[in-house]
Amino acid sequence: MSSMRHIRNFSIIAHIDHGKSTLADRLIQSSGLVSDRDFHNQLLDNMDLEQERGITIKSQTIALPYTGPDKQKYVLNLIDTPGHVDFSYEVSRALASCEGVLLLVDAAQGVEAQTLANLYAAMEHDLTIIPVINKIDLPAADIERVKEEIDAELGLDSDKALLCSAKDGIGIEEVFEAVIERLPPPIGDLAAPLQALIFDANYDQFRGTVVSCRVFNGSLRAGDTIRFMSNQATYRVEEVGVFRLKLEKRQVLSAGEVGYIIAGIKTVADTRVGDTITLDDNPAAKVVGDFKEPKSMVFSSVYPIAADDYPGLVDALEKYKLNDAALNYQKDSSAALGQGFRCGFLGLLHLEIVQERMEREHNQAIIMTAPSVQYKFILKDGSELTIENPQYYPDPMAIETAFEPYVRINIIIPERYMGAVMKLCTDRRGSNSRFNYPSPKRIEINFDMPLAEIIYDFYDRLKSITQGYGSFDYEYMDHRPGDLVKIEMMVNHEKVDALSFISHRDNSRPRALQYCERLKEEIPRQMFKIIIQGSIGGSVIARSTINPFRKDVTAKCYGGDISRKRKLLEKQKKGKDRMKMVGNVQIPQKAFVAILKSEKD
Amino acid sequence: MSRFHRKHSLQSLNPKKTEPAAGLYIHVPFCASKCPYCDFFSVTATDMIDSWLEALCRELDLYREQFPRFETVYLGGGTPSLLSDQQLGSLMEYVRRSISILDGAECTIEVNPDDVSREKAGLLRDLGFNRLSIGVQSFNDRLLSLLQRRHTALQACEAVAHAATAGFDSISLDLMFGLPGQDWEAELAQAVAFQPGHLSCYQLTIKPGTPFHALQQSGEFEIASEETLVQLFMLTDSILDDAGYAHYEVSNFARGIEYEARHNSRYWQHLPYLGLGPSAHSFDGRTRWWNTASLPEYCQSLAKGSPVVGRETLTPEQLRLERLMLGMRTQRGIAREDVSADVSVLERLERAGLVVVHDARVVPTARGMLFADRLPLVLE
Repeated sequence: MSSMRHIRNFSIIAHIDHGKSTLADRLIQSSGLVSDRDFHNQLLDNMDLEQERGITIKSQTIALPYTGPDKQKYVLNLIDTPGHVDFSYEVSRALASCEGVLLLVDAAQGVEAQTLANLYAAMEHDLTIIPVINKIDLPAADIERVKEEIDAELGLDSDKALLCSAKDGIGIEEVFEAVIERLPPPIGDLAAPLQALIFDANYDQFRGTVVSCRVFNGSLRAGDTIRFMSNQATYRVEEVGVFRLKLEKRQVLSAGEVGYIIAGIKTVADTRVGDTITLDDNPAAKVVGDFKEPKSMVFSSVYPIAADDYPGLVDALEKYKLNDAALNYQKDSSAALGQGFRCGFLGLLHLEIVQERMEREHNQAIIMTAPSVQYKFILKDGSELTIENPQYYPDPMAIETAFEPYVRINIIIPERYMGAVMKLCTDRRGSNSRFNYPSPKRIEINFDMPLAEIIYDFYDRLKSITQGYGSFDYEYMDHRPGDLVKIEMMVNHEKVDALSFISHRDNSRPRALQYCERLKEEIPRQMFKIIIQGSIGGSVIARSTINPFRKDVTAKCYGGDISRKRKLLEKQKKGKDRMKMVGNVQIPQKAFVAILKSEKD
Repeated sequence: MSRFHRKHSLQSLNPKKTEPAAGLYIHVPFCASKCPYCDFFSVTATDMIDSWLEALCRELDLYREQFPRFETVYLGGGTPSLLSDQQLGSLMEYVRRSISILDGAECTIEVNPDDVSREKAGLLRDLGFNRLSIGVQSFNDRLLSLLQRRHTALQACEAVAHAATAGFDSISLDLMFGLPGQDWEAELAQAVAFQPGHLSCYQLTIKPGTPFHALQQSGEFEIASEETLVQLFMLTDSILDDAGYAHYEVSNFARGIEYEARHNSRYWQHLPYLGLGPSAHSFDGRTRWWNTASLPEYCQSLAKGSPVVGRETLTPEQLRLERLMLGMRTQRGIAREDVSADVSVLERLERAGLVVVHDARVVPTARGMLFADRLPLVLE
């Protein structure tokens, strides 16, 4: 057990690509936790997918041993945070577990949109902020300019900014020293009833669920019975410990410490990030912070490409769910695609991550249908109906009022993009605009907007018109009445339920046209003409045509051509396996989510 | 069949009668100049011919046991007619000494029209060749110069005449269609006028890495549209059908079954063949292997071992896929039992006029051959 005086709990926050992972790696390496030889680049982002996307999805926490200039031994808990709008609640719980942050700024890029958004998030939790100018080794580094920006735009004292190059290992010692000297040690009452905040949970196939938590008050040891304050569930603690490169067992976790709990919890879904853990026989009176249930915002159906893969899909979803509490699913079926599941996701990125991991880690060839939001209806007979799947859209004649979900969006951008962003937001039915000027040359915009407008490529469009300088966040508000219609898509006059979608009436035609065009791009030419149509209540409002190819033959095929040709055929055959036959048309997997693709500028 | 041939086959080794006869392909990787549309492997370093010849004989030695008997021989390239009389003579002499060429074998050599003098044609007959494949490409001087061929239309006509005079009754002419500003009907009429036993009509195909590809990319060269190519293909089928030629493979036409290219048909029917020379492929019915495409590497490797750089043994499934792929290119078609697609798919293709099903075989129509690369995926 470390005394609280010798503990520091902190995160690194930064705009994307400003070097967060590199600095984390360098701190781990310099702490001596890992030998240089074993040093695995970007240790914290340990999933392939994360490395490819360059963002952290599941956070990894690590306790770094450090001996200070005062010869005292410290434990520095580096708490990693996920980096996307879909996971903002998880970020806030991680930050709530810290006393301070390193705010990283790229020496060449300077302060950017997410730098600011991250700063606000840290300030919301009253954290001590240490600005760190990274990448000072770059030829384009302009430290003076970046310091001015830190002063003017962040309102922080730039004289206190540290200079480092995580890549070259410059200034790392100064970072360690600042963490010890400038960040406050945690404060807590060892004698008070246990209060531990869950900020993450991971599934380990041998150990069950490993809960990551920050202990605020009291202490916890193996053999204790703990209680989750959100649902009163109790578990007997098997083991507690701290995060080194592996889990390292400890006798006790005490106030101020960050560590893990293993308590026979079957799945990650049995835990809630943001929940407070206390002791069953001596419960705390209050929870830490405010707890929010993860809320599914975006829904899509998942089907196996081959109908006989359904049992495999069931198995894969169950396994996947062990490690992702935010995913919800239930049985579903479609005339075009057969048996599958309707899934609820935190947002679109969450959806994409699930899709990719199902394919990669669970080896499932799946089709996901166009994402939808949750609609509510009051019917003329007075009954109420909630649907998340356009397939179950009620008879329009029976609808008294239709409701769609609204969110409050928050966008922070440099002033120069204001016109373009305003136009985007009003095009997407944004209303009730509010503005703030958090710092010179920056503007914060709030709108009330239908969630459905966001899932159709809103974030991509925003990034593109603000050249990446836009930070974006949203929060569910309520359901509001809307003039909605269901658009049926037909491929060669055959209705494809999995392609149907719900839209506001005003947007229905352009959106249906856009979908027809997207499908035309995604569905390869075939030996016959393919007609794609979008219709409302049987009348066609949009149409596109895929002309057949007229020939597909190479002039020569002699002895030396056969193997090569067969290999090409095998490759095409594999591609065909990833297509779904609808009537006599082969529709590739990605066509089903084509509607989400950005419009071409 | 030449006298020469019969005389020599008596002297050949005592072949194992159990081994079925195979096809022998010899790749002559030399050209006087590279044509701007061609992506076959060839070099202009004619000073390497003797080293190549030496290596080729070593390579043949490696296979004397495995491939003792042949019923077709095919000298392709490159430009086999570029070899001197002496080089051709010693090559063929070595071949006959090493392996057995069956009576009635088809022996083909590819020639460029400008290489075919009356004397050369006679020599080729004497060496035992009984089939001549002449690379005419076009009977139009403007197009020949666009293709950067070394011969003129007149030389092409002369070559055909010399071949006939020398006693080649099996003559094949190579022609290309889809050339800019080409009067394809006139070209076909001129070819048919010679009454060759066999015609190969290739659609000009622009392959990546060729000079024509670069010209096409830069917009200097406009090839015919997909629609035009389809029309030319169907026109060829109907004109040659009227002239008595069967469209027995995508690009090949024969005036009677006896004129079909027996050697090339082996490829399409999955029959064994031995390919010698750089980049050549061989097949024994189950396994296919291929040589290095580099001439220096080919020569060096044969000084100490084998030039084979790749090999694959086909699974039954791969064999089936190849049968579909090759069958959909030929009038023979495929066995009904090789088709795993639903019967409704076959019916749909039949209704669309792409295939005909009879005698437990599925045979592509001329229009179906236009989809030869696609139908295997549909039928599979």
